Order: sequence, then C-alpha cells, then structure tokens
Amino acid sequence: MYKLLEVALDAAKSAGAGYADGRLILRRSQSVAVKNGAIDALAEDSEQGFGIRVLADGAWGFAASRELTEAEAARVGREAVAIAKASARFKDKDVVLSPREPAVAEWTAPCKIDPFTVPIKQKVELLMETDSKMVGIEKVVVRECSVDAYRYEQWYADTDGARIHQTKVESGSDVSAIAADGGEMQNRNYPEDWKQAGWEYIEEVDLPGNAERVAREAVELLTAQHCPADVRTLIIKGPMLALQLHESCGHPIELDRVLGMEASYAGTSFLTPEKLDNFTYGSPHVNIVADATTPGGLGTFAYDDEGVPSQCTKIVDEGKFVGYLSSRETAPVIGRTSSGAMRGDGWSRLPIIRMTNINLLPGDSSLDDLIKGTDKGLVVEGVKSWSIDDRRLNFQFACQYGRLIENGELGAVVKDSTYTGRTPDFWGNCDGVAGPSEWRIWGVPNCGKGEPGQTGHVGHGVSHARFRNVRVGVTEEKR
Amino acid sequence: MIGRDEIQRILALAQEACPADENQVSLTAYDLALTRFSQNRIHQNVAETDATLEIKAIVGKKIGYASTNKLDEQSVRETAATALEFARLAVENPDYVRLPGPNTNASDAAQWDDAVANCTPDQRADLVGEVIARAKKEDVKAGGSLSTMGVEHAVQNSRGARSYYRNTSSHFVVATNKDTGWARAERHSPWLEDLGVSGAGKEAVDRCLAGQNPKAIEPGEYPVVLLPYAVEDMIGSLVWMGVSALAVQEHRSWMCDRLGQQVVCPEVSIWDDARDPRGFVRPFDAEGVASQRVDIITDGVAKGPVYDSFTAHKEGKASTGHAVSALGSWGPWPRNLVMKPGDATVEELVKKMGRGVLVTYFHYTNKINPIETTFTGMTRDGTFWVEDGEIKYPLKNMRFTQSILGALNNVGGIGRQLYRFSGILCPALYLEKFNFTGVTDF
Repeated sequence: MYKLLEVALDAAKSAGAGYADGRLILRRSQSVAVKNGAIDALAEDSEQGFGIRVLADGAWGFAASRELTEAEAARVGREAVAIAKASARFKDKDVVLSPREPAVAEWTAPCKIDPFTVPIKQKVELLMETDSKMVGIEKVVVRECSVDAYRYEQWYADTDGARIHQTKVESGSDVSAIAADGGEMQNRNYPEDWKQAGWEYIEEVDLPGNAERVAREAVELLTAQHCPADVRTLIIKGPMLALQLHESCGHPIELDRVLGMEASYAGTSFLTPEKLDNFTYGSPHVNIVADATTPGGLGTFAYDDEGVPSQCTKIVDEGKFVGYLSSRETAPVIGRTSSGAMRGDGWSRLPIIRMTNINLLPGDSSLDDLIKGTDKGLVVEGVKSWSIDDRRLNFQFACQYGRLIENGELGAVVKDSTYTGRTPDFWGNCDGVAGPSEWRIWGVPNCGKGEPGQTGHVGHGVSHARFRNVRVGVTEEKR
Repeated sequence: MIGRDEIQRILALAQEACPADENQVSLTAYDLALTRFSQNRIHQNVAETDATLEIKAIVGKKIGYASTNKLDEQSVRETAATALEFARLAVENPDYVRLPGPNTNASDAAQWDDAVANCTPDQRADLVGEVIARAKKEDVKAGGSLSTMGVEHAVQNSRGARSYYRNTSSHFVVATNKDTGWARAERHSPWLEDLGVSGAGKEAVDRCLAGQNPKAIEPGEYPVVLLPYAVEDMIGSLVWMGVSALAVQEHRSWMCDRLGQQVVCPEVSIWDDARDPRGFVRPFDAEGVASQRVDIITDGVAKGPVYDSFTAHKEGKASTGHAVSALGSWGPWPRNLVMKPGDATVEELVKKMGRGVLVTYFHYTNKINPIETTFTGMTRDGTFWVEDGEIKYPLKNMRFTQSILGALNNVGGIGRQLYRFSGILCPALYLEKFNFTGVTDF
C-alpha cells in the first residue's frame, strides 16, 4: 500500500509540493439491529481510498480518490498541488509546521475477539434474546437493540520519510425502549457507549441483562413528576458527564476553533490564547487531560494523521487552564509543538484537530458520598439532548432519567430533566468527583466537525461529579 | 463522474450477482470540491471523488444489505454475495411486503450545470477572493466555504424499477467578524451563476459592521422577526420531531393524535415537493419511487407525514417517494420542504413588530420534547433590538426554549421572498411570542 502513496507523493513533489503526506485507508463496518422482534438492519459496508495533503507555495491542498491505481495516485497528487497553488493566491503567510521525527511504525489496537469473526447467527440470537426481555411490558411501543463492529486500517506516508501502519477495531451496542401513553412519550437506552475493543466488550455490556430495566424505566418516566424549575445541586452520572465534558471542554480546547478556522461552521472558543496558563476553568476538583493513550478509548492511537506520536496533554490542572488540542500548523502559533490531535474521517477527508480521549480525572469521592452530601439536589443520567453556544459558554442539556435528592437521600424519579449554565461558572461550582473505582472510558463515535462534514470517534473518561447552584427544569418555567 | 451507461452496467452486474427473491441495487457517485477560508485566507482546500454501491437482497421476508465503494467486478460480486448471505441469515420481518414496482415517473433531472461540475480551484479562489477583498476593505475578517458538487444517482430493482438522474449543487457560506460584531450569510443553488457569492459577502460584511458593541437584555418572552436562516433551522427541527411516517408509527412524533387538527395559524402551510424547480430537484427517492408532493401542514392543519415503501405498506398506502436510504432504518424523510410565503418584506415585518428581537441565525438547536415540539438553541451572528419598527442596536446572543407549534400559533406576518436552502424553501417570519431563557457573554 505504501507504493501507491509513494507514487502520489512523488507526483506531488514533481508538481511543486514542498511537503506532502498521504493516507490510504481500508474501512469495514457491520451493523446488526433488531426492532420489535424483527431484523431492522443486517448490513455491512466496506470502502477503500486514499487522500493526499500537500504544501505548495506555502499553502495547503488536498485531494482524494477511491480508485487504488498508480495512475490515479499520480493524478490525485498533481490535483492536490493545483489546489494548493490556488490556495496560495490568498494566504497571509507561508504555513509553518512544528517539528517531529518521521517515524516508521506498526501499531494494532488490542482486540481479543475480532467482532467480524463472530457468526451473524450469534449476533442475531443475542439481540433476539435482548428483545425478548422487553416483550410484554405494558406501554412500551418500540423496542430496539443493536451491535456494531468497525475496523479501520491506515497506511500513512510523508515526504519526510514517515511510514506508519495502524489498525484498530471498535465495537458498540445499544438497547433502547420508547414508552408512550396518553400523548406522553419517554425513552431510555443503555449503555450509550462504544469501545476500542472486540466482541469481548459486547459480552461485558450484557444487553439482555439490562433490557428489562431499560424498558421499565421508560415506562416509569411516563407517570413521573416533571423536573422542578429551580436552582439546586446537580450530580451527573457517566455518559451524561462524558457529554458535558465533550461539549464544554473538548470542543473549546481545539486550537483550530480558537484561531478562527472553524468560525463559519461550528464556531470559535471562549478559551482564547491569552487565557492559556492564566484562566480559572473550574474548581480545584477539576483535572482534565487529553490522553490519546487511554486503553479502550475511541481517541486512542499510536500516531495522529500527521505522524505525531500519541500523547497525554494536561488541559485543566486543579482548575487552571493549561493546554490545547493542537496540530503541527496551529501549535507554533502559541509557541508549542503539536499535541498530536490531527485526524481525518477516513481517506476522503482532510485531517483536522479532533478530540482524543478528553478525560476528567477521578477525584476522591464516590457517588454514594456525593448524594449523601447533598441536601437538595438532582441526579441525572441518560443523554436526551444537548445545545451550547458557538463559543462553548452557555449550554443547556436534557437528560433521560432524573432522581431528586432530599437531605442526602434519593427521592422521586423525575422526567424531562434539563439543566443550563455557563461553562467556567459551572465547572467552578464542581465540588466533588467520584474516585477511580467508578471511573471508566466512554466512547462517542459521532462527533461532527469540519467542512465537508467529518465524523470523529472520540473518548471521554469520567466517573460522576457534583455541581452546586445549577439552574434545572428550564422547560418547566412556562408550563 | 462515472456516467449513466457505466453505472447501469455496474447495477446490472450487481443484480445478476444477487439471485435473491427480490433485489434492489443503487449507485451514488459524486465529485466534490470545497474551498474553505478563514481570517481572510484560504486555509483548507479539498477535492474528492467517491461512489457507493448499495445492494439489498430479499429472501422471503428476510432482508440483507451490503455496500461498498469498490466497483470492480470481483468487489461487486462479493458485495452482492454478502447481501444475499445476510438475507438468508436474517429472521423474517413480518411487516415487509415487497419492493416498489416499475416506476415510469422517475426521469432525468434538468438541474445540471457544467460550470459547477467543472469549477476549478482557481475559479473558486476568484469567487472567495472577491469576498475577502470586500471584507479587507472594511477591516473585517471573513471566513467560510464555497463548495461545488456533481452527483449521479441510479436505482434498479428486480421488479423492473430503473431510474437515473444527475444534478449539480453549489453552496457558499461566509462568516464575518470585526471587534465585537459577528455576522454570517449563505447561498445555495444548482447553478454557479445564480449562487450569489458577492451578495452574501456584502450582507455578511454589512451586518457585521452593524453588530458592534452588543447589549444584553433580560431573558423573557419577546416578539421576534426570524430571518429565513433561523426559519430554516426551526422548520428543520420540526421535521426532526416527526414528519416521517416511521416517527408517527413509533409514537414519537408531534403529529401523533394531531392529524386533521388545527395545530398552528391558518396562515402557515408547509409541504414537501422534490420536483419544485425553485429548490434542489430530486425526481425519485432511494427506492426509485417518483417523488410526490406531500402536504404536511395546510392552512394550519396537520395533514400527514411522508412515506417510504415500508412504512406505506404498514398502513396499506402507497409510498410518497421519500425513502432516504436503501437500508431503510432511518425511515422516510422530507428533503425538499416549502413553506408558503406571505406578502411582506423583511423591513415590513420589522416595522409591524414594532418592538422586539430580530434574529438572523439560530445555533446548535436540539429537541427537548418532540411531542410538545419543544426545542432549545442559541441565536447567532446578528441579533438586534427593534423599537418603533426600526433596528436600534445589536444584542448579545440569547438562549431560547420554545415549542415550535406554539411559535407558529403566533404568526404576525410572513415574508414574501423564499430563500433556497439545501432542503427547504422558506421565508422570514414575524412571531408575536418567543421564549428566551438565557443570555450569553457575546
């Protein structure tokens, strides 16, 4: 595969590129889904292609094709240069890349049981068993469950001599239920997660063992009281906290956003460069890293798509803002070297800065202690919806399942739990994070960014966390 | 591009390689180029060519699906074999009836522009450069993207359906910033000459200059004029909350229990029409079924959702030609909405509102309760305070939490000009009540 990339890189250099890199990728995905006892999807996709990125006349060009022939490789290499030369007509200065040693490496992510070798029949049986656990539960109108497998193999080469071959496998699964009655509709799902792992992860998740609970909780929500509209202490559990971290920390630390490179689409960031090492992002309980080495994380790799080694970068250190996700082009702007966060969505899309695994490090509390230490609170779980402004300050999230807390004890179940806040105020009011035994990595396989649109696979390690003085129940204010 | 003859040869091969009881094969091929700029420079500039062959095999009532972008004979045969194997391994879907039959209505589309299909990097740079020059003249920073795309799409099935069309599209978005002012504008067209890059650039620069030193107002209920950019987002959110027959059948749509009822003001009518030449024409859907006009809301009354063959069979109806993928899990979707225009200019809507908020864009909207059509989001890139029927000063962006049907029940006026977006033609709206629940720093 390197041969084809080398043909493209040579063609690019001959056409005037000062630097070029390329990625050739084979992707395979498989999805098995059951809805209401019938197969909803039994599908497989395989694709191939390569993309060439070049610097010519000090500006970027990128071209990509699905056709793996040497003639096409040469054409694409030349096309990328022609595009770069057009870019150069409107540059302010030449692109400068932070240094890195060109690596020659092989890396394969750990995977005990290749999910593509597991018989389809076994997958269907698992899902039919899962579905059967929800059958007959009154008011459940839609039962769904699925297992997904994803394989990604990439060859990277550049004109500095790097040659890197990486392979990873990811697995995901879900069981969900929609309950409806009298004009009311509620849903629950589990586990809201993907992992860089094989079929062994699907077995750990235990879909059949959680299906009935999921369905009964959806029904329970139909008659639950509405989340009150007031200001109280909020405890956020697992995947919901992962999403909070994703939206209010992961995106605003992307240095391309900070520098305005995403302004016309996703927006910019409140974490402007002068705040680096000089801004209180959260309370001393808040310690956040961008760690591309976390085992099992969807943002785990050996080298990013610029050939930069994976790293663990401190982002927030005891509440202080200390680091960004960056690339070889953006890091020099703030006087640093790349944090190794460049990844493209497959062969056809240009690498851009993406989250790796953005992890809230564990504290010294526990979920039980967080609840016990709360007089008037709300504990939420289950992602329902999310919204945040284009600098990542004002946010509002909705959760599937809430429980009130009164005097340190869990109380009534509430539905339509929403909460809103301003990012640094919210994290500044974090007064407790559960410890290592409740910490785990969660996978988000659908992070959108870039033009043309790209879908990123990222990870978030979290336990549970508590926040004081949070405005909840926003939708109830006018009810 | 691959070309009609070659595409149909590949599809015939796929059908021959998939000896199921029924089969459906489709191929979508595209060439996409996009020039992206930021801070008055081109910073990303890309081109890609790709294609997807999809094969659906049906054995009895068992369905298998496979897809690939590898179009050589061996890969096509392997993909067909995978789809067939999956169909044999599946369990029966009792709701499956049959694939759509031959469709004589599907035909070639007329929306093809060689200027889009053959647009060069230098031509895109020229267009972007014009906007950058205008921005620089006003000491404004501009960013955005200009994309051009040519697409071919073909569907064939074992019941004799055989459809092909190709079209082009071009899209331009520009965001501007100077000091505390931010603005944005966009244009979409099948034809490059009609795209209006320059006009969008002027609009974004002018609005940015008008947006300096925004003030905050208290959250609360205010009248609003929504420019078409915000209306497009709001109507899109209404679609997400259930204009698909699958959503209705699964009890997760606002249409449930409301069909035939007056749900919004009688002035509001919304329909889907993929053959309306003012939008992006799509003569047939992912199953090869001719796209039909579907009335969604007529004179304020909820009329019905859109269907693909699967959801239609479930209710003993005919598909309306709204399948969006061969796989079908997503269900049908309206992708060519039209909102009936009114008779006012934007200036007249603002004057009629008298006092309230002018919103240019919404940002990051998301549903909270699809049955109540409650959604939340932020304003963005041009929010202004209006008093005495005139824009007085820019506002800091605000969060809203609002029922869409509730908003459309308080329509005070509708713009007369329809703006063309990728999936909707819509006007500006004056809404007498809109609920803002928060304010941000900028």
